[in-house]
Amino acid sequence: MGLTPRPEHRVVEYNPSSQEGWVATKLDFLVNWGRANSLWPMPFGTACCAIEFMATAASRFDLARFGMERMSFSPRQADVLICAGRVPFKLAPVIRRIWQQMPQPKWAIAMGACASSGNIFDNYAVVQGIDTIIPVDVYVPGCPPRPEGLMYGIMLLQEKVKSERMNDKTIRAEMEPDPKSKLYIPPPVIDELSEPFGNSVHQTRSGL
Amino acid sequence: MSDGFEIQYPGNALGNAAPAPVTPRDVPNRGGDQNPSGAALRQQFADAIERVDVVWGVTNVYVRPDRVLDIVRWLHDDSSQRYDYLSDVTAVEYRDLEAPIEVVWHLRSLPFRRELRLKAQLPKNKPLEIASVWSIYKCADWLERECFDMFGIRFIGHPDLRRILMWEQYREGFPLRKDFPLRGRFSRAEQLRQALAANPEARYSMEELSIADAFEDLPTDMRKRLKGGERTGE
Repeated sequence: MGLTPRPEHRVVEYNPSSQEGWVATKLDFLVNWGRANSLWPMPFGTACCAIEFMATAASRFDLARFGMERMSFSPRQADVLICAGRVPFKLAPVIRRIWQQMPQPKWAIAMGACASSGNIFDNYAVVQGIDTIIPVDVYVPGCPPRPEGLMYGIMLLQEKVKSERMNDKTIRAEMEPDPKSKLYIPPPVIDELSEPFGNSVHQTRSGL
Repeated sequence: MSDGFEIQYPGNALGNAAPAPVTPRDVPNRGGDQNPSGAALRQQFADAIERVDVVWGVTNVYVRPDRVLDIVRWLHDDSSQRYDYLSDVTAVEYRDLEAPIEVVWHLRSLPFRRELRLKAQLPKNKPLEIASVWSIYKCADWLERECFDMFGIRFIGHPDLRRILMWEQYREGFPLRKDFPLRGRFSRAEQLRQALAANPEARYSMEELSIADAFEDLPTDMRKRLKGGERTGE
């Protein structure tokens, strides 16, 4: 994780027609600085990742250094949804509802392999990655990730927040799911993403 | 049952000379000391007992499925047995497609410090039905619901036989059956679509005790919905 240099996203593009003025960019900087350093997390802990998340929030690793000491157990006051742990299909409408109750601006972190991809639980009961239910900004790998890993993910999210610009209208647009299927991404893509790979191809166990 | 209850200390029916409990050592795979309840059952229900054997120190009694309720009631009520604790109700399906599905009851007698495993075999060519022991052990409620949810065995006489682990609109079948594919029957997108179509609040119905208790504190729309007699599965 720490071996490759982090890619530099904030490359200056020079396009005179779309440049904002001095006031707008400074205001952007101020607002983003404030937001990035006071992200209030909505903890959605369902499994062992939540234990690591608690460790991250506790004194040794101290999430409060990033302005996140205030766990928001109400989605109405939260900025970032941290999904820590596997999400079964039974919980899918719950996390979707929590996400929709959060006000803009909002971000989501999929913490750990289960929340990101379903992990080893390639079975009838577990959602194959929460990005099939809600849009996700940062994926933290690991099973479970160490607190350092989660903090790296949080710092990546802060980078993302700091590089947002007010005149970019796409950022704050609330994504609406497809009214018919209630999905954000088309069904064939979900099927393709959830396709088993590697050794698990042979673990169908159907028809004995 | 209604006139109070008497505290049961483990082994209190064995008298003052009760030996202290010891961890069993060198337990053989098959055979060994049989639980005295096995012989007592043979004497009491000769025609209903198919087989008694001892596996890893626990006595298995295979009983006829239609006599389960009588046998369990006798084991619970008889003063020489006093099986006052039902620790599990579950089922087993074997890989052999011809082999019947077994329903298993784990019974524990605290006063006698005994453990007994009852098994009943349900052939697959008939509907999977067996009597519920809920009238004897109230804890069988959720255990039998789980067994129904996972295997599709109907417990006759159960007060509220609904799915318990999977959501109630789940339509893919019974996950622990051998003919159930590991990843479910539908595609991932279809599974997700069906799961998201559920209303998370509709999981609650007045059958849930905690909901009935907290009824006055619920939001108005939910109260209206519940008062209309709506149940979870509908």
